[in-house]
Amino acid sequence: MAINGGAAELNIVVDDQRMRVAAGTTVAAALFNLGIAAFRRSVSGEPRGPVCGMGVCFECRVTIDSMPHQRACLIAVTDGMHIRTASEP
Amino acid sequence: MMAPLSGTDVALIVADVAVIGAGPAGIAAAVRAAESGLRVVVLDRGLEPGGQIWRHVTGGSIPRIAQHWIAQLTRSGAKVIHGTSVVDVQSEDGEFEILADSSGSALRVRTGGIILATGARELLIPFDGWTLPGVMGIGGTQALLKSGASFAGKRVIVAGSGPLMLPVAASLAHSGARLVLVAEQAPRRAVTRFAAGLWRSPALVAQAARYRARFLSTSYSTGTWITAAHGTGRLEGVTVTNGRRTWQAAADVLCTGYGLVPNVELARLLGCETRDGAITVDAQQRTTVANVLAVGEATGIGGAPLSLVEGEIAGLTVSPRSHVPDALLRKRTALESAARRMLDAFALREELRSLPSANTIVCRCEDVSYGSVKNAACARQAKLYTRAGMGPCQGRTCMPALEFLFAWQPDTIRPPIEPALVSVLSSEIADNATPSILFNSSVGEAYQ
Repeated sequence: MAINGGAAELNIVVDDQRMRVAAGTTVAAALFNLGIAAFRRSVSGEPRGPVCGMGVCFECRVTIDSMPHQRACLIAVTDGMHIRTASEP
Repeated sequence: MMAPLSGTDVALIVADVAVIGAGPAGIAAAVRAAESGLRVVVLDRGLEPGGQIWRHVTGGSIPRIAQHWIAQLTRSGAKVIHGTSVVDVQSEDGEFEILADSSGSALRVRTGGIILATGARELLIPFDGWTLPGVMGIGGTQALLKSGASFAGKRVIVAGSGPLMLPVAASLAHSGARLVLVAEQAPRRAVTRFAAGLWRSPALVAQAARYRARFLSTSYSTGTWITAAHGTGRLEGVTVTNGRRTWQAAADVLCTGYGLVPNVELARLLGCETRDGAITVDAQQRTTVANVLAVGEATGIGGAPLSLVEGEIAGLTVSPRSHVPDALLRKRTALESAARRMLDAFALREELRSLPSANTIVCRCEDVSYGSVKNAACARQAKLYTRAGMGPCQGRTCMPALEFLFAWQPDTIRPPIEPALVSVLSSEIADNATPSILFNSSVGEAYQ
C-alpha cells in the first residue's frame, strides 16, 4: 500500500457517485469513511459490512471495476476505481 | 520486494523453500533460510510484509523491531509476492507444487519444502445481531484503523476477551473514537492473577499501562460480555451483562472477539497433524509431513516475539550447514510458558456457549441459523444438511464458533481452500516451463 502523509486524495466512483477519498487506504477503509454500512447483501438480503479486516470472512465483498466479489479489505483504492456496494436494497 | 503479479499468464516460480505468510514468523523463517543461499519465495495475502501485527497506519510508522526484520527480508534475496492466496497444493516425488491466486492471476510454485506461517484469525461467537454492519472483530477494527478507516467521533464498545483488547482500545481512543466501554469476559481474579504473573516481563507491564492510560476515562470491566446487538440496517446499541445485571448501551461500532484461532487449513490439506486446533511441530518446527515446517500462531497462539523465534528456528532448520543455537531454543521455551499463562487467564466462560438463540445466524455466508444446526451430530452433517460452512469463507468464521459451542471436531478439508477464479483453477503449466521469476543464486541443496 502506498504510504502517504494523509494529504493526497483520489477520485473514485461509488454506486455511480463521484467521491474524493484519501489515497493509501484500502477500499474497505474508504467506504467506511464515506459512511457506507452495507457493503453487500447476504443470501437472505441482510446488509453486511467488514468484520475481520484481513481477507478471511468475505463479508466486505464489493464489485470493483466490474469484477464482483472482491474483498474490499485486501485491495488499495486507486484513482478512477469504480466500486459498487449493496447500500441500495 | 516484488509487486503483485498481474496479467493473465500463469507464472511459475521454482524455489527451494516456499514460505506461506509474511507476518513475523514467515519473515524470520524466510530471512534465515535465504541468508544461507536457499532460493526462498514468500507468498502473502496482504499488501505489505508484516502480517496483521505489524500492519501500520497509512503514513504512520512501524515498531523498530518490524523495521529491522522487514529490512532484513528485503536484503535477504527472498522473493516476496503480495496479494497472493494459496488455493491448492500437490506433492509428488518429494516436490510440492503450490497453486495460488496472485491478484487474479494463476501462480504456480515448485518447491522442495514449505514453511507454513499462516497465522491466526479471531474467534467470533455468534449472538443476536452480530451480523449487523458495525459489529466487527477486535483485530478487524485494528486492521481497518491501520488501513485508513476513521473512527473519530464514533461511539465504540470493545467487548470480548484477551490481551488484544488493550492496544485496540488504546488505538481507538487515540484516533478520536468515543470509547463507551471495554468489557473483558474473563473474571477479575483471572485477569489480576495474569497481570501479577507479568512481573517476569516488566516491558509487558509498562506496555499494558501505556495502553490503559490512553483510555482512562472509559471503564474497563471484567466479567462482562455482550449478549445481543440491536439496530436497523446498522448497529445502534448492545445488551451488556455481567451475569447479575443486564443493561443497554448505545454504540455505532462494536468490536468483538474471543481470542485467536490458528489458521491450519493449508496444513491439514497437506496432511499435517493438528492438535487442539494448532499444527503439531517438533523441536525443529517440523510438522508430521516431510519437508513441511510450521511456525508462529498457526502452531499455537503465542504472540509476535515467539513467532519470530520459531521462524528463525525453522529457517535455520532448512538451511544447509546451519544449526539452531541453544539460546534460541531456550527463548522459545520461556515465551511458550508465558503464552500458556495468557491462554489460561483468558479462558472462555461457560455462559458464552448459550449466547446464540434459535434464530441467531451462525454461518454468515449462507445465513444458516443456530436452530438449524444445533441438532447436527458433527460439522460434516451440519454442512451437508444446512450448507453451514460451505460459503466463500469456507467455514473459517462459523466452524471455530461451532466447534466451541458444540465441541465438534473439524471436518476434512478439500481444495480449493479459498475461492478462486476458474481461470486460476484450470491454469496449466508444462513440466519443463521456464520460471517467470529467477533467483540470483541457486543453491538448491536443502533437505538432503
